[in-house]
Amino acid sequence: MADQRVWRPVPRSRIAAASTPRSPRWRLIPSAAVLGIAVAAVVLVPLVVDLNQQLVDLAAANRPPEPAHPFGTDELGRDVLLRCVYALRVSLTVGLVAALVSSAVGTAVGALAGSLGGWVDRLLMRLVDTVASVPHLLLGIVIVAILRPSLSAVIISIGLTHWLTSARIVRSEILSLRSRPFVDAAIVGGSSRLRILVRHLLPNVTPQVLLSTTLMIPHAVWHETALSFLGLGLPPHEASIGNMINDAQRSLLTGGWWMSLAPGLVLIVVTLAISGASGVWRDRLNPRRRSELTW
Amino acid sequence: MTTVAQRRRGRAVGLLVLRRLGFAVPVLLLVSFALFALAKASPFDPVERYFGLRIIGASPERVAQIRENWGVDRPVVEQYLAWLRHAVAGDLGDSLSLRQPVSEVIGDRLPWTVLLVSIGFGLALLLGLLLGTAAAWRQGGWLDRTITAVSYTLEAAPVFWLGLAALYVFALQLHWLPGGGLTDAGAALGVGQVVTHLVLPVSVLAVSQAPWFVLFVRQNLLESFSQDHVIGARSRGLTDRRVVLGHALRTSLLPFLTLLGARLPELITGALLVETVFSWPGIARATVDAALNVDFALMGALTVLATSVVLLGNLLADVLYALADPRVGLDG
Repeated sequence: MADQRVWRPVPRSRIAAASTPRSPRWRLIPSAAVLGIAVAAVVLVPLVVDLNQQLVDLAAANRPPEPAHPFGTDELGRDVLLRCVYALRVSLTVGLVAALVSSAVGTAVGALAGSLGGWVDRLLMRLVDTVASVPHLLLGIVIVAILRPSLSAVIISIGLTHWLTSARIVRSEILSLRSRPFVDAAIVGGSSRLRILVRHLLPNVTPQVLLSTTLMIPHAVWHETALSFLGLGLPPHEASIGNMINDAQRSLLTGGWWMSLAPGLVLIVVTLAISGASGVWRDRLNPRRRSELTW
Repeated sequence: MTTVAQRRRGRAVGLLVLRRLGFAVPVLLLVSFALFALAKASPFDPVERYFGLRIIGASPERVAQIRENWGVDRPVVEQYLAWLRHAVAGDLGDSLSLRQPVSEVIGDRLPWTVLLVSIGFGLALLLGLLLGTAAAWRQGGWLDRTITAVSYTLEAAPVFWLGLAALYVFALQLHWLPGGGLTDAGAALGVGQVVTHLVLPVSVLAVSQAPWFVLFVRQNLLESFSQDHVIGARSRGLTDRRVVLGHALRTSLLPFLTLLGARLPELITGALLVETVFSWPGIARATVDAALNVDFALMGALTVLATSVVLLGNLLADVLYALADPRVGLDG
């Protein structure tokens, strides 16, 4: 009798250790395709169709999606999809410039902290911790409020709130590079600190900086969108995705759901494409530091 | 019965708390001073703002008198110290846009924000744990793929857009729930009113915060499946349920504790946008109003408040972590 219990079949377990991810191709190809289409649309469409020239057609206003206007028309009869392309152009430009600004600030701080060390390092890292403990949208709002909403205010606001990650990355990279033999060789060769930083350390950090800049673009776009939605972002004439969603709120009350749908979907798809493509890049650059948070 | 080691541990945790509180003071001073300096550097003149168009007709003596009373022309550091003295005594000044004392604004609104944020956060955690565990358990299956895909998509969606979508579907089309505010127009403030008005904002906040937790729990569980103690548990023939819930989940939850603190800024950001969409009478709405009206007293107080919440949350998370896991070092 006891034997039966011992030989009871063990149920098949479905637990498995984290499997090796599939080939990155399944993320890279769709992401790159979507990005390609988005960039092409953003660059080419304004050359072909001018939004301002597109006649305001009140007869075709507030149309729900139909074959001629896949995402409907707005209250002035303009095509919502076309407006999205224009808005994405503004949002992506702001995102790109702001990501570059924040990376530049972050790289400068990280490089100073990492290469000088000592009290400068401690002071700068405390500064990083301090800024990190202010919720960044709140800080961004304060900065925009002080500078008054405008394109440059939004870019400065993003630049001054999003530099922390790249500062941390650059600092830790420089700290680990500093103990490499080629730096010792440069010191023995009589190079100055500045020359070592500029010629030997920074070039080796560049790939990581470029990666973190790319990863920053979706964050910057998101930040700009949130600010514009709150009415603290870009002025209405520089319609971004956030402004569009803000505008569409009014139409929502009267049933015009399509005006909010399109900008949101466009933003989601482009964000996923950017983070998908840069995720593949990141996995290749830091094979051991695979993050679970961007796909 | 407490052992010597436990008592020593307790003292170390106490020291950690003291050290972190000690760090919080300079941070708060720095943040408040930076805001103060920014406000002074901005081209906005609070006195002109106070007078508005009436400044054209106002007598120069009166303007000068107000300038004198408010001390706007004294050096920044002197003004800051005066503000600090009052702030420590509990007087945060008056809000120019809402025309009431800042402490009153915060006192009126903070409870509503705390209500929204705490329920939303609890719900997001619960969703994260449940869905994250489910996804890891069925790794590679359709459930896992659905959960992960939805999480990535929601993670990319702006929270106010989700809010508008929920508003349109559940309030405007289905009429299941009220679309905003704290109570129906003209209705008295009651538990039932607040609960029905709370459902949509809380759900949207939770749904927008949950994906990150879901993905985090899933990833950590998957990693812990290849750890020795989990393999050991499996080789002893324990059931899947026992292995996942009793062995793998427990260890992978430890880093989760620190993350609770790290997510606070995101949570505050989310609450700010959700409150705006649903006209929730919390702190966030006041923040946006303060920013639109360049109301520095209110903006500064709210930023300092949010910063202290974040610092406190981080501290709490670290203490919990240290208490839950005796291996954690307590220096630094």
